[in-house]
Amino acid sequence: MAEAVIQTEKLTRRFGSFTAVDEISFSVLAGEIFGFLGANGAGKTTAMKMLTGLLAPTSGEATVAGFDVYKQTESIRRSIGYMSQRFSLYDDLTPRENIRFFGGIYGLGSLELREKGERLLESLDLQESADTHLAALPLGWKQKLAFSVALLHEPKIIFLDEPTGGVDPVTRRRFWDMIYQAADSGVTVFVTTHYMDEAEYCDRVSIMVDGRIAALDTPEELKKNFNAETMNEVFIRLARPAKRMDS
Amino acid sequence: MSPAIQTERLCKQFGTVEALREASLSVAEAELFGLIGADGAGKTTFLRILATLLVPDSGKATMLGLDTVAGYREIRTRIGYMPGRFSLYQDLSVEENLNFFATVFGATVEENYDLIRDIYVQLEPFRTRRAGQLSGGMKQKLALCCALVHRPELLLLDEPTTGVDAVSRQEFWQMLQRLKAQGITILVSTPYMDEATLCDRVAFMQEGRMLAIDTPQGITKLFTRSLFAVQARDRHKLIRALRSYEHARSAYAFGSSVHCTDARNAADPSELAAWLRSRGFDDVTVERIEPGIEDTFMALMEEQPAQSEAGKGDNG
Repeated sequence: MAEAVIQTEKLTRRFGSFTAVDEISFSVLAGEIFGFLGANGAGKTTAMKMLTGLLAPTSGEATVAGFDVYKQTESIRRSIGYMSQRFSLYDDLTPRENIRFFGGIYGLGSLELREKGERLLESLDLQESADTHLAALPLGWKQKLAFSVALLHEPKIIFLDEPTGGVDPVTRRRFWDMIYQAADSGVTVFVTTHYMDEAEYCDRVSIMVDGRIAALDTPEELKKNFNAETMNEVFIRLARPAKRMDS
Repeated sequence: MSPAIQTERLCKQFGTVEALREASLSVAEAELFGLIGADGAGKTTFLRILATLLVPDSGKATMLGLDTVAGYREIRTRIGYMPGRFSLYQDLSVEENLNFFATVFGATVEENYDLIRDIYVQLEPFRTRRAGQLSGGMKQKLALCCALVHRPELLLLDEPTTGVDAVSRQEFWQMLQRLKAQGITILVSTPYMDEATLCDRVAFMQEGRMLAIDTPQGITKLFTRSLFAVQARDRHKLIRALRSYEHARSAYAFGSSVHCTDARNAADPSELAAWLRSRGFDDVTVERIEPGIEDTFMALMEEQPAQSEAGKGDNG
């Protein structure tokens, strides 16, 4: 049995009288691709903020990479990578500058950074565009670069928040090739998506409804339990009766 | 009947980026038409020209029979446009936004309430909330209400479901079907291939061109090779193995299986199964399947030589 790299016990966050995340308990194992699904407003973002050390929980327990989410947020941030469609790289910096900037933030030394940066540009076949403003690159390339930059400091866990939004179906699948590669090398992948076919690519999937985890299992088991053909059906069956207005 | 939307060889360039390259399209009255394509394909530029917000470099477009350059004033009063980025006033409430947009068009919410009622009832509990405080799904619904409140004959919707969850997406498409039933022409862009099947006709856009225009069923006929759904326990290993198969043109994950395109037109699934078994995939199953829209789009994309990979900007 692999060790748990994320473990939560009745993790809760309230905003005033509103309970955004309501006593969620689950664990994610090392090297796992864990899909974290839920409708807009179900509490995913709040839960992710707590797990990445950006928001203190109201109650409950959680450890990420062995560190406590109340007291050791700095250590958590050093042990994780983060990428989302909304926040990734700077468009008005070049790929090389982005690597240097984010590598620096993640605490890499300049020598290490130069070495790793060059290797990265080479592996992504980006050498020719290394000094072009990022804005001029296709979205698919930016996403690959953002993903690789988030892995530069060799984190134990990478959090991907809707990493594939808006890209074409070929680029989306090439991105998943990279996710598989990272998982094969031992990185734990925690990923959110609105593409239900991508839920099928995960080892296990949790579905949040109204602040709680309504289901958590492998895609195969979920489909079997809900007597559904696809994860889309499972999701719609669970999320449709949500009481909380999507607000 | 003259088409509700007609474009002829529309071209638009931004600096060195060719956003549209002779894009021609015709949409019939009361048709629900899908514009499918990735970020940067030119969808937004195309819709902005139709919305009379951009002028094409060359080519011609008519909306409801009116030229988009000469007739822009009248077009604007008769169409509804929902841009890709949230464009309502964040610091006005739900109600204030709706009233504002009605007033701009010389209409009232009351007189056109029947058109937006289905959507607006879901927003009603939040009618005094500022638009900026709404979640993604609710913002989309409000934006649709605001685009509809002057009872337009034609709707242009730019990626209304991007970033919206599967349940809200389904609801949104049910609303579009109801609007179509009332005779409203709808041109909607989306990066979600599954939404293409909900349209009367679709156009695949890539690098500023219309790659194919047809009904969802017609589009899949463009896929002429053999397509297999392959399943085995270790999917990642399976994909890698399939890509090394000499007859494989492509292998991509598709839900719980892997879709493998055989470069030959009439390939035998048992041949591939035997090959995989010889490589240690004891539990493999191979089944011939009919291509879906996504299979077809991916095949069309790959057949197009990449024009300007690195030079192509994200013109969202």
